[in-house]
Amino acid sequence: MGNHSDGVKAHTSAVVTSQEASQERFPDPGLPPHAPRLTDVDSKKAKGAERQVVLLFVISILGSLLFWVGYFGIEVSGNFYDVMNPEPNKMLRLQNLLMGLGVAFAMFGIGIGIVHWARSLMPDHEMVEERHAVTSEEDRAEAQEIMETIIEETGIKRRPLLRNTLIGSVILAPLTFVTLFRDLGPADPSVLKYTMWDEGVRLVRDPSGTPIKAADVTLGSAYHVLPETLSTLTHENGYLEEKAKSVVLLMRLDPSELNVSEGREDWNVDGIIAYSKVCTHVGCPIALYEQRTHHLLCPCHQSTFDAANECEVVFGPAGHALPQLPIRVDSEGYLVSQSDFHEPVGPGYWERAKHVKEMAGEA
Amino acid sequence: MSHSLQSDYKAKTTTGRIAHYVDQRVGVSGIVKEFGRKIFPDHWSFMFGEVALYSLVILILSGTFLTFFFNPTMVSVTYDGSYVPMKGVDMSGAYASALDISFDVRGGLLMRQIHHWAALMFMMAMTVHMLRVFFTGAFRRPRELNWVVGATLMIVGILAGFTGYSLPDDVLSGNGLRIIDGIFKSIPLIGTYISLFFFGGEFPGSAIISRLYSLHIMVIPAILLLLVAIHMFMVVIHKHTQYPGPGRTENNVVGFPVGPVYAAKAGGFFFIVFGIIALLSATFTINALWNYGPYDPSPVQAGTQPDWYVGFGDGALRLWPGVWPFPWEFEFLGGTWVLSVLLPFALMAGSVIMAMVFWPWIERWVTKDNRVHNVLDRPRNAPFRTGVGVAGIIGYATLMIAASSDLIATHFHVSLNDVAYALRASFLVGPLIGFYITQRICLALQRKDRELVLHGIETGNVVQLPHGEFIEVHKPVDEYRRYALVDFESPAPLPAQPNKKGKVNPIEKIRAGLSKIWFEDRVVAVTPAELEAAHHDHHSDNAVEGSVSASLEK
Amino acid sequence: MKALSQKRRHPLAALVLLALALLLSGGLYAVATATNEAQAATSTSYSAEDIAEGQKLFVSNCATCHGTNAEGSVDGPSLIGVGAAAVDFQVGTGRMPMQMQGVQAQLKPGQFNDEQTMQLSAYVASLGAGPTIPEDEYLDVSKGDAANGAKVFLANCAMCHNAAGVGGALTRGKFAPTLMGVSEKHIYEAMETGPQNMPVFSDVNITPEEKRDVITYLKSQEVNTPVGGFALGSLGPVSEGLLIWTLGLVIVIAFTLWLTSRAA
Repeated sequence: MGNHSDGVKAHTSAVVTSQEASQERFPDPGLPPHAPRLTDVDSKKAKGAERQVVLLFVISILGSLLFWVGYFGIEVSGNFYDVMNPEPNKMLRLQNLLMGLGVAFAMFGIGIGIVHWARSLMPDHEMVEERHAVTSEEDRAEAQEIMETIIEETGIKRRPLLRNTLIGSVILAPLTFVTLFRDLGPADPSVLKYTMWDEGVRLVRDPSGTPIKAADVTLGSAYHVLPETLSTLTHENGYLEEKAKSVVLLMRLDPSELNVSEGREDWNVDGIIAYSKVCTHVGCPIALYEQRTHHLLCPCHQSTFDAANECEVVFGPAGHALPQLPIRVDSEGYLVSQSDFHEPVGPGYWERAKHVKEMAGEA
Repeated sequence: MSHSLQSDYKAKTTTGRIAHYVDQRVGVSGIVKEFGRKIFPDHWSFMFGEVALYSLVILILSGTFLTFFFNPTMVSVTYDGSYVPMKGVDMSGAYASALDISFDVRGGLLMRQIHHWAALMFMMAMTVHMLRVFFTGAFRRPRELNWVVGATLMIVGILAGFTGYSLPDDVLSGNGLRIIDGIFKSIPLIGTYISLFFFGGEFPGSAIISRLYSLHIMVIPAILLLLVAIHMFMVVIHKHTQYPGPGRTENNVVGFPVGPVYAAKAGGFFFIVFGIIALLSATFTINALWNYGPYDPSPVQAGTQPDWYVGFGDGALRLWPGVWPFPWEFEFLGGTWVLSVLLPFALMAGSVIMAMVFWPWIERWVTKDNRVHNVLDRPRNAPFRTGVGVAGIIGYATLMIAASSDLIATHFHVSLNDVAYALRASFLVGPLIGFYITQRICLALQRKDRELVLHGIETGNVVQLPHGEFIEVHKPVDEYRRYALVDFESPAPLPAQPNKKGKVNPIEKIRAGLSKIWFEDRVVAVTPAELEAAHHDHHSDNAVEGSVSASLEK
Repeated sequence: MKALSQKRRHPLAALVLLALALLLSGGLYAVATATNEAQAATSTSYSAEDIAEGQKLFVSNCATCHGTNAEGSVDGPSLIGVGAAAVDFQVGTGRMPMQMQGVQAQLKPGQFNDEQTMQLSAYVASLGAGPTIPEDEYLDVSKGDAANGAKVFLANCAMCHNAAGVGGALTRGKFAPTLMGVSEKHIYEAMETGPQNMPVFSDVNITPEEKRDVITYLKSQEVNTPVGGFALGSLGPVSEGLLIWTLGLVIVIAFTLWLTSRAA
């Protein structure tokens, strides 16, 4: 395959058009004549280019050596990001720089060298190759005949029962393996309904785990809160999963600024309110609290909720308000939850409306 | 036993003897004959596919190194490595090993940075390559299927990137997964189950890192390599396209032979791409995962963003209003429809991807051009397509920019909310404006080409004619340059065609309408007759405009 | 352990224990009184003269918005009870006096010197009890625990200020500023007083020791050079994507142009 000719030949074989056509279209002049490069006509230039290529390969070798200087020659030890000793960071950065530059030079030397060689010393005559149809009529006819013979010899058309049972078995067999994926996870959406919050569970600080007195929550402060019972869990039995649902933001507003709807009058403690921190959009923690505007902002997609207005959506893509956690003060003055959330936390999902109704019935 | 299969050939040179030895055993002479002098056209814009391929090779090399040190487990360990701010902190084994690779494996940080920069380079090169193919019309028959393979590669590349981004199990990647969880849950009817199956229970579970790991290092690379093989096999079958120009026809390929020039250039280019990635990795930090801390569902940080190639999805999520003008989350048919999450993905990001995949057929439907095209269009010579491409870029870029709306707000001192409003408007009207302006620019450039062919190049030499008139001397373009400027087609709008029953159906009317929008204003190539006329009539600058208006067809 | 338990029965053990106990309690007492003295020192170190000077400065520079007696007006909140820490932060970082009314007071070169700032603080502190200027002990990063600081910072601060402390956006043009280059004292005071829209992190929410840990973590980020090379503003994937589409793309195109051009 391949009908090669150089530019000169292509020029002579340019398509010749009729006289009328040449008034409509310009004739193809063919490839322009080849102009020699300096390295083609001047052997000194060619020798110079050769030396440049050699130099580039030498640079590559030096680059490899530089890599080893970085690897073996730089002593990186100690602790990184130590506030008292910035030295290890500097050495690691230097090592990374030297090794990286070493690789870069090693690669650039080879690459630029080879390309320079190709550009200046290898022939630069453009060549022409004819294209051929992807397939020929004869091949297609022959292939079709072969396929028909094959199908005929299997007898699959004459024996429909054989064909149909084959199709049935071939469809069913892979489905057995698809079934296996069923056990990738549990299949009960109702786990999304509940969190660890319950009657009398203390609100504790994240990450220290210490309980919070109502008096400590001053106006304008924000506490990142977990249920005290979370500490009974370990990573092996659901710590992160429960934490992912039960994170709460605790704020204190002037009670006169709070708009409280019917049924939620006793959910706050003198202006102290607790809301789920899980965004109702796609679940990022909405932890940005602006104490003067009472707005909560999600840093992922900028959903904005108004804490003074029961965390209704005021901007952004979230589809419903943040669930509120009813709280009260226990006998020792610590904040505790009155119950679980009254609706599922986090983003919307297919069963959510059903769950909301069920939870309203349970409450 | 017959020895007729054994040849008595004796090679004269060393190369010949080695070649003969190999050929006798595996028969490579056919391959050498086929590929040894195969012609490839040379143009800078043809190199981006190679950049993507080489980045993929570098990804596989550096990724293999990382697998030797990375521990894809969510089992909790207490960190005792040398990064001070995490000492004694409980974290998953995955995050601890990612920190170890960064701080305690010599050269590990460099390899991580090479791997990540190569990933960004891979996706960028694929994107630019795809844009090149689009704007030059290289996706047309017979290459439609390869366009789809390429688009699939893009999508699989995004999956490869996202699964890798998620592996370190830090707060940034964990919140990324949490967003994925929210997106899964928005799928009607089965979404909750998909989420539960994907995470092995409730988010985050203890399985997701190892599941993503097997996808990231085994399943996805295997699919990528398979698709790359198909993609390149088809390039060999079709032979490469070429730009129009003298000597270049639909039936030939003009360029350089694989051996030695093209192979040397392409081979050398691998090392150059590696060099570029190494240079970036030596000097610029990428994904400083030690800043983020181990994944925990409570914290989050300002600037929670995906890598750039997932940005368009994240931007779509940011732009869709949640409760304006009505709540986009409601109960209907016994379930909760979370349209504020579903629609941005299905409608905004999804439409961008679908339009991309099916473009060759959309264009063919409108133009009814089903011919084989091996010669490319210069983008200006296909004003409609270039306009559509720019419209697509604006739509995509708006979504991508929206994913950094918070950083735009802080760096340009504007309100976050105003940025969102502006980007919503930009997504809706930006593509239309972009289409119109681009089409106009293309038409203007085509007119400039006509001007060049008809009147030559302005030399700047002003001379006075014997009768006193001053004129600027124009130098005619040579025949090679001229041919490159006139070798294109300018299709006219195709009116609605009646079907077999003699009726014009509504879909055909839409097609005709699109055809009108695309081709109504057009500039045709200069014909020899026109050039001759222009030579006879030096003074008429209207020759250019005149022939354009003559070519307008209603 | 065995050796220790045998020695515990030694006749002299009781004596040693007694001595240890005395030493320990005495030491603790010394520490406790020293701390009390230090606290007393800062809270009472403002002289009447300072307060008087402060009042003069206040009336001529702050009273327009905050009222002649710091009782507040429509343009500025009451300063009674905000404490010396709030004044030291707002005035010390140049945020107050504000150049103009806006969504947020901006960082700018301070208008007052340290002494004037102290006098203003003294005046405002005299109006009502509030957060005081932190003890040096709680600003000493050599005593802080960066690992605990990172935990507290990531849970309470990173959502607005970014994990690397370089700041981030809030709603409607407001923003959380970068914490790099901010002094230990001002970081502490900001947590104590919750300036602008920042929530208050009182000493019962984040203890003084925890505040010191947070400062230690931030300073460990600030004093150390980024290990991987230029940090691109520590903004995460956006600046990385921007770099590949600018510098990365330009380098690639430059090479492709050279590679496919004809040599002279």
